[in-house]
Amino acid sequence: MSEQNRDSAMQGSPEPLPHAGAEVDDPKFADKSYSQGQLVRRRFFRHKGALAGLGVLLFIAVLAFSSIGIGPIPGWWDKDFSTTGTVVNGGKPTMGWFHLGEHPFGQDTTGRDYFAMVMRGTQISLVIAFTVGIVSTMIGTLIGAIAGYFRGWAESLLMRVTDLFIIIPLLVFAAVLGRIAGDSGIFALGLVLAAVTWTGLARLVRGEVLSLREREFVSAAQAIGTGHWRIIMRHILPNTIGVIIVATTFAIASAILLETSLSYLGFGVQPPDISLGSLISDYQTAFTSRPWLFWFPGIFILAIALSVNFIGDGLRDAFDPRQGKDG
Amino acid sequence: MTTTDNTTDQPLEGGAVLSFSDLDVKFNTEFGRVHAVKGISLEVKPGEVLALVGESGSGKSVTSTSALGLLPRNATVNGKINVAGKSVDTMSDRALRKMRGDDVAMVFQEPMTALNPVLTVRTQMVEALELHGKAYGTDADAKAIELLRMVGIPDPERRLFQYPHEFSGGQRQRIVIAMALSCDPTVIIADEPTTALDVTVQAEILDLLRSLKDELNTGILLITHSMGVVADMADRVAVMYKGDLVEQGSVHEVLMQPKHDYTKRLLDAVPRLGSRGETPPVAQTEGAKALEVNDLVVEFHRAGKTPFRAVDGVSLSVSRGEIVGLVGESGSGKSTIARTALGLIPAASGEVAILGEDITQMKRKPLKALRKRVGVVFQDPASSLNPRLPVGDCIAEPMEVHKIGDKKSRRDKVAELLDAVELPRSMANRYPHELSGGQRQRVSIARALSLDPELLVADEPTSALDVSVQASVLKMFTALQEEYNFGCLFVSHDLAVVDLLADRVVVLKDGKVVEQGDRSQVLANPQEEYTKRLLMAAPVPDPDEQRKRREDRHRFLEEVGESEHGLHISPEAPSRKRSVPGPDSGAGMPGGV
Repeated sequence: MSEQNRDSAMQGSPEPLPHAGAEVDDPKFADKSYSQGQLVRRRFFRHKGALAGLGVLLFIAVLAFSSIGIGPIPGWWDKDFSTTGTVVNGGKPTMGWFHLGEHPFGQDTTGRDYFAMVMRGTQISLVIAFTVGIVSTMIGTLIGAIAGYFRGWAESLLMRVTDLFIIIPLLVFAAVLGRIAGDSGIFALGLVLAAVTWTGLARLVRGEVLSLREREFVSAAQAIGTGHWRIIMRHILPNTIGVIIVATTFAIASAILLETSLSYLGFGVQPPDISLGSLISDYQTAFTSRPWLFWFPGIFILAIALSVNFIGDGLRDAFDPRQGKDG
Repeated sequence: MTTTDNTTDQPLEGGAVLSFSDLDVKFNTEFGRVHAVKGISLEVKPGEVLALVGESGSGKSVTSTSALGLLPRNATVNGKINVAGKSVDTMSDRALRKMRGDDVAMVFQEPMTALNPVLTVRTQMVEALELHGKAYGTDADAKAIELLRMVGIPDPERRLFQYPHEFSGGQRQRIVIAMALSCDPTVIIADEPTTALDVTVQAEILDLLRSLKDELNTGILLITHSMGVVADMADRVAVMYKGDLVEQGSVHEVLMQPKHDYTKRLLDAVPRLGSRGETPPVAQTEGAKALEVNDLVVEFHRAGKTPFRAVDGVSLSVSRGEIVGLVGESGSGKSTIARTALGLIPAASGEVAILGEDITQMKRKPLKALRKRVGVVFQDPASSLNPRLPVGDCIAEPMEVHKIGDKKSRRDKVAELLDAVELPRSMANRYPHELSGGQRQRVSIARALSLDPELLVADEPTSALDVSVQASVLKMFTALQEEYNFGCLFVSHDLAVVDLLADRVVVLKDGKVVEQGDRSQVLANPQEEYTKRLLMAAPVPDPDEQRKRREDRHRFLEEVGESEHGLHISPEAPSRKRSVPGPDSGAGMPGGV
């Protein structure tokens, strides 16, 4: 990992691009041109950690949604997460090195298949995390962009509201709102969590917009009579996309953890539904006697949060190679 | 150095204080290897100014940075670099740090960023002295005061304790030079030392640098893109082009009889004052003027202070089909006037009428309709195009905003405009970061012309470009103006450019109009002292003529009662002055001829 970091930092050193006048030895690069998007993709796919993270995340998502199915669509796993049954062999996992067996992750005390339960929990956690990530990004971007572009009273008002959200302890706030929303489904919970986690992005976007609005292409757009909305959407926001995407990935990672903590405290996902957090909360007392009930959801939380963070890391390096750690 | 009857150009036995032999620098980048410097050899002798000229990307800054061992880590350096007899490439980090400052010092382009804004001048100067063990404590303070007095900072005892922002740009550059001198370096590398400064200040700083080599016998490697500065300062000139040294010789040889085609092209591209001669005045058309500014006042509000008046009662007008040059130094309010004329900055009082309609009180709808008839070109090619839009979209943007034509007709118009600004049509799919500065500025011009404007506001459109690029952009600009016949407010700090382009000239100082009139009248026969001063300070790329101009300028400054801008060496500190051959100081050109 550190090896790659150094690599990308080196590539990002402030040397002129070949297009800028100097000649390149390798003729292959002489007249090849890249758009910004292509450049970012190239750098991202060179980041091994991010690629691994992307692979792990995709694998988990496919596994979770294909195994037990979504809603009415059945998956390839024949057991259900809510059907009880007889406890076989003390509920121990039957998974070995090369075979899954009857209950690969074991069973809980009432004989439910723990693999199906973990898959269900992963589904819910992923859905909530992505809802939070996307919705909080939209709120934060909008508020940041309006505050940064219009300045004046709009900025004062929006930023004081942001400050207000920041000074309220996040967990307490989310717990109260989550308790109310938890009964009306996971999307409602996701929206509530998004409503309290947009603050960081709003500040980031505002900062970016403040510097972009002084650039001459924005003045040029204003001078030809472009409307405010069009300037924001076409000239300013596309240039903040790097910051936004990176912040979104980190928001997703922290949303997973926030949802987990809330469910663990009993304020998040309500039974009969399951999330990774509520699984850990339900079976924390079983940690000494049947540790697999604790380990499997734990490993999934860890894997998801870690892989999303790695992706975010890779995206940040790809969008802004000069931000290298040791350059 | 012992010889005193030295008449030749070899002041020190052992020769050069700074030398490169077969220097070769490559950078490993994402896109492969970039060969920045391709095996060049150079020498700087004591008391000599070697000017390294070339356009951006020619490798001149890479060359100078390699002498300090400051190249980034992805650089591969081959060849020999010698500073004051020591080889830089074999030096340890520790020895390198000692060498920087002791043997070689650097003067940077931008004095504001070269000085740390949160530290006083004293802290920064004393740090240099103490680090190199030259003086400590009160001795160091005394030494710093002496250095400041030497470079011509008035009242140094008091000003030593001030912060960089309390000094003007020229004074900051003087402080940077004082810091460079603090350890008595044998060679100074000046990387575009006057590029960020106004012409009059540039002339002062060049006077100071010239006296350094004369009084202290310091060798100077002067990196510049301005042929006028070369003519004013250099003994010898080396011309770099794409990492190669294409020509080297005395200043007279290179500037007067250039051998290499590139040098010739470079010299031809330099705009020269007075080269255009008389031109007939533009016929005044009936009807409303393209732009009419009446008694304009623009103020910037500052928290807790009285508003700053950037423009103070300015009146000017631009007729249709006429180019009016707005000249002045930084802070004169010329860009503010341009932005107010575009409606980007509100006017505090006065009238700005575009095509006969006053925009200061206008509502949004009619203002948008009026803006359709106005085009704009800004200064900085790096920031004037949206990096996320391909060039074609960028040029079509004004048409889209005003809902003119359909997709196809817009595409045709873009192709036509790309032809007009002499760019290939295939360029439409490229992104701004793939374009050179000159190409980007052409795209800006194409965008400004996309609605066939009747008024074009150009805010220093060529000042960030290399001379040869500037020449071709200006040529194209003139041709376009004749074709499209727009009225143009052309803001520039470069008198030679304005002389080449404008029909009338308005000279600004501190937000007020100093002088205005026909171009040939104002620039050939200026009435005001300030205009004269501006004209005299602009250097020309001819060493003999430039020497004459410099002497004229010194005489003029003496007449108006201003002191000299060279080094002030107090008689009681003769130790600083190394023995120098001959009383040849001042205007003399020891090298060449």
